[in-house]
Amino acid sequence: MKLESLKIPISILLSALVTFALGLYGNLPWWSFAVANFIIAIAIPLKPWVNFLTGALGVGAIWAGLATGIDAANNHILSTKVASILPLQGSYVLLIVVTAFLGALVGGFASLTGAYLRKK
Amino acid sequence: MRILPFVASAIVTVGLVTVLNIQLPSGTAKTPKLGYFLSPQHGFWKNAEKVDAGFDASIVASELKGKVDVYLDDRLVPHIYADQDEDAYFVQGFLHAKFRLWQMDFQTRVAAGRLSEIAGSDKLSIDRFFRRLGMVYGAEETEKYINDNNPVMKATVDAYTAGVNAYLKQLSPEDLPFEYKLMNYTPEAWTAKKTYLFLMFMSYDLTGRAASADLQLTNTRDYLGYDLFEKLYTNQQDSLDPIIPKGTLFAKPSIVPQKPLSADSAYLKKQTAVMAINNFSIPPQAPDKNNGSNNWAVAGSKTKSGRPILCSDPHLGLNLPSLWFEVQITTPTHSTYGASFPGSPAVIIGFNDSLAWGVTNAGRDVLDYYELKFKDSTQKEYWFNGTWKATTNRQEIIKVKDSADVVENIAMTHWGPAMFDAHYQNPQSKGRHLAVKWTGHNASTGVETFYKLNRAKNFDDYLAAISLWKCPGQNFVFASKSGDIAIKQQGSFVARWDRQGDFIMPGADSSYDWQGIIPSEENPMMKNPLRGFVSSANQKSVEATYPYYLGTAASFPLYRGISVNKQLATMSQITALDMQQLQTNNYNVFAEVARPALVKFIDNAKLSYDAQKMVHEMNNWDLYNNGNSKGITAFKIIWDSVENAVWGDELAGADIPLTKPEAHVLLDQMNRDSNFSVADDIRTKGKVETLKEQVNLGIEKAAIKWKELEKDNKLTWEQFKATRVLHLTKTPSLSRLNLPIGGGVNIINATTENHGPSWRMVVHLTDEIEAYGLYPGGQSGNPGSPYYDSFVDTWAAGKYYRLLFLPLDKLKSDSRTKWHIQFNKA
Repeated sequence: MKLESLKIPISILLSALVTFALGLYGNLPWWSFAVANFIIAIAIPLKPWVNFLTGALGVGAIWAGLATGIDAANNHILSTKVASILPLQGSYVLLIVVTAFLGALVGGFASLTGAYLRKK
Repeated sequence: MRILPFVASAIVTVGLVTVLNIQLPSGTAKTPKLGYFLSPQHGFWKNAEKVDAGFDASIVASELKGKVDVYLDDRLVPHIYADQDEDAYFVQGFLHAKFRLWQMDFQTRVAAGRLSEIAGSDKLSIDRFFRRLGMVYGAEETEKYINDNNPVMKATVDAYTAGVNAYLKQLSPEDLPFEYKLMNYTPEAWTAKKTYLFLMFMSYDLTGRAASADLQLTNTRDYLGYDLFEKLYTNQQDSLDPIIPKGTLFAKPSIVPQKPLSADSAYLKKQTAVMAINNFSIPPQAPDKNNGSNNWAVAGSKTKSGRPILCSDPHLGLNLPSLWFEVQITTPTHSTYGASFPGSPAVIIGFNDSLAWGVTNAGRDVLDYYELKFKDSTQKEYWFNGTWKATTNRQEIIKVKDSADVVENIAMTHWGPAMFDAHYQNPQSKGRHLAVKWTGHNASTGVETFYKLNRAKNFDDYLAAISLWKCPGQNFVFASKSGDIAIKQQGSFVARWDRQGDFIMPGADSSYDWQGIIPSEENPMMKNPLRGFVSSANQKSVEATYPYYLGTAASFPLYRGISVNKQLATMSQITALDMQQLQTNNYNVFAEVARPALVKFIDNAKLSYDAQKMVHEMNNWDLYNNGNSKGITAFKIIWDSVENAVWGDELAGADIPLTKPEAHVLLDQMNRDSNFSVADDIRTKGKVETLKEQVNLGIEKAAIKWKELEKDNKLTWEQFKATRVLHLTKTPSLSRLNLPIGGGVNIINATTENHGPSWRMVVHLTDEIEAYGLYPGGQSGNPGSPYYDSFVDTWAAGKYYRLLFLPLDKLKSDSRTKWHIQFNKA
């Protein structure tokens, strides 16, 4: 029971950590974390929609965190420019939100797919 | 497994990843691969540099022969101290790549006609233009020549190339420059040929205007007829103050170019039948007419210190990343500081511990067209001196992203490549088949000129170095610690007869060929003149007594030269600060003459209220093109509008845009106050307009524009002009827009909308050199770096940085020295 209740935070944490770790290898494609989240969801079975959320939260959190950290250290120099190239009105906040959202979306659906693969 | 939900979510996941992993269409452009681009560990976030990041590093490279220490100062200028010359160029290549990789790659792709390869068929017309002009051909000629004849230059360029590639080798994919991620391609290995292509691009930028101007002039002459043409596009410049002062005697020329007997009928007055051709290709924008520069040197007799001061500010397109990159190179053979080109070894404009040099464009015509008659559509033979002569075929294969290759088959002739033929036309070529002959096609040892200038110790070394220079022709100014000043116009200049090559020439007759290249000793030169200064500002180098024709007057702006010389003549006890103020001087010497000439014709009582207000603003103007001035805006729109009123009718009927006459042509006419028949609007039959009527008509039209500007709050000069430093892709958010800066055409501070002093340098040749300089950009090409545009505001304000040029021990302990990169051999 106790282990059962820890499955959700462990899933989220694992998703975030593995996403980050794979990202350290620049030669791997950017979407490697999708494969990882797919596998995590197989390994840690939850309700499919819960798996969706853990994957989305894990990836979304790490992407948001990384982008926010990089952006603060950069004084928003580049994010402001990119947020004008993309239709985001030059807002670095929106750009970080969009970044995190895209990561979360891919992470979430990858986990969901894993969950359904395992689900009996 | 629940099949249906599994399949559904798998499809969604794979679909998402796929969509985020391709470039999506967005208007005419394409988005980056969004998933990749936004991934914090792969995409653009990786290019967001920490603002307080350090640059210390230790690099090991097997290509090195010895040890190299690089100290970076607080402006990120590398000071390279190398035990070996070749190692210094290896490190220069490495650092150019480290800070400017994308730009080097992009600029050489433009020169090579390879934009379509990364940007798709949109850029095909630009690529075809450069291929057919012979850019790749010229670079190959140079590469072949240097490989066969010049081992030192080969070793220099090879060392530079190895440096760029050593950087590439250690570059991880996530650290690719920002623009690669944005446009979704990857860098390729650097080659010596790319360096020569880059130099070809400079030749094009500084002499390539003729590639469109010669066609335009021909069409303008055909349209107006030669007599009217000669009146409007006269080569006479009443107020010329040449680089070599008037009255100078020239030696007897070694070549006396003979005008062919048939020239009057077959060349100057020739009428060409217009053919309809539908496969027009829009050429790239011609190089900016204002590509020019100022440079001057004052002798010790005119300075406070008794030592010469040299100044150089090349006027080119204002871009980010900048064309320039500051660097110091110190080896046992020399110690040199200045502006270098990312893409080429050595310092291009700068100084060493003995002397300083700078360049301005000579503006001489070195590109001509010859009209061909092919025997048939195979283009295997063309008519030449009464027989059919064989061509050879040069094939240029253009790769196009997401599309099939495009193959250009170019017939090579006696003159050069047949640029325009049945397969390639633009609106100005009007169906003609034209071969292009250009000194840029010839093998060039341009790199060697800079290599030797970097090491020059005295006037003789300077002369020997520049005597190798071929294209683009430049005015090399010189000053040394020992007290000499000099200027020489140097390049491969064609010994022309009057108006030879201004128009398309007959290509079937060798008597229209170039009759020789003027020997270097006969090029205009001046050393230590009594007046105590030498200068150039792209004006004609010599008056008409010089035995060779320079090219059409439109290539030689008049007024900056007058301004510079007028100021220098009166100055004394000059300091480096005085020279900075002169480089940023906004006085409008053209308006000084043109305003009173205009005012004579203005009938103020008859003008509308708005027009009177605008004329009042012009009349009360102090003649300085300062950023906050409204008077210059009034003058500018009035003058342009009057020019349109006077010339517009003559040029309006043509089906293609014609060249507008030079400003001084109208001004000279106004001052002569003669019956100026061109003033008449030929469209109004039975009525003869006078110049006075046209001036007042022009002013009323300008008043409408004035009101619009007032409404948009754009009356001050800096708002009107809106000077911008544009990213090479023209992306607004990567550019710096609406800079608060004055200046303009005809002004020493030649800053126009997107063009101007691209590197300002003042060198005081005291024992320990006192030098100042900057360019409108920053040392880093990364839009995510605080050093990307760090000089722009200082530049706009007309301020300078003191350049750090010190012996190693002093540099190491200087407070401005921030970082150290060590290079060791493996």
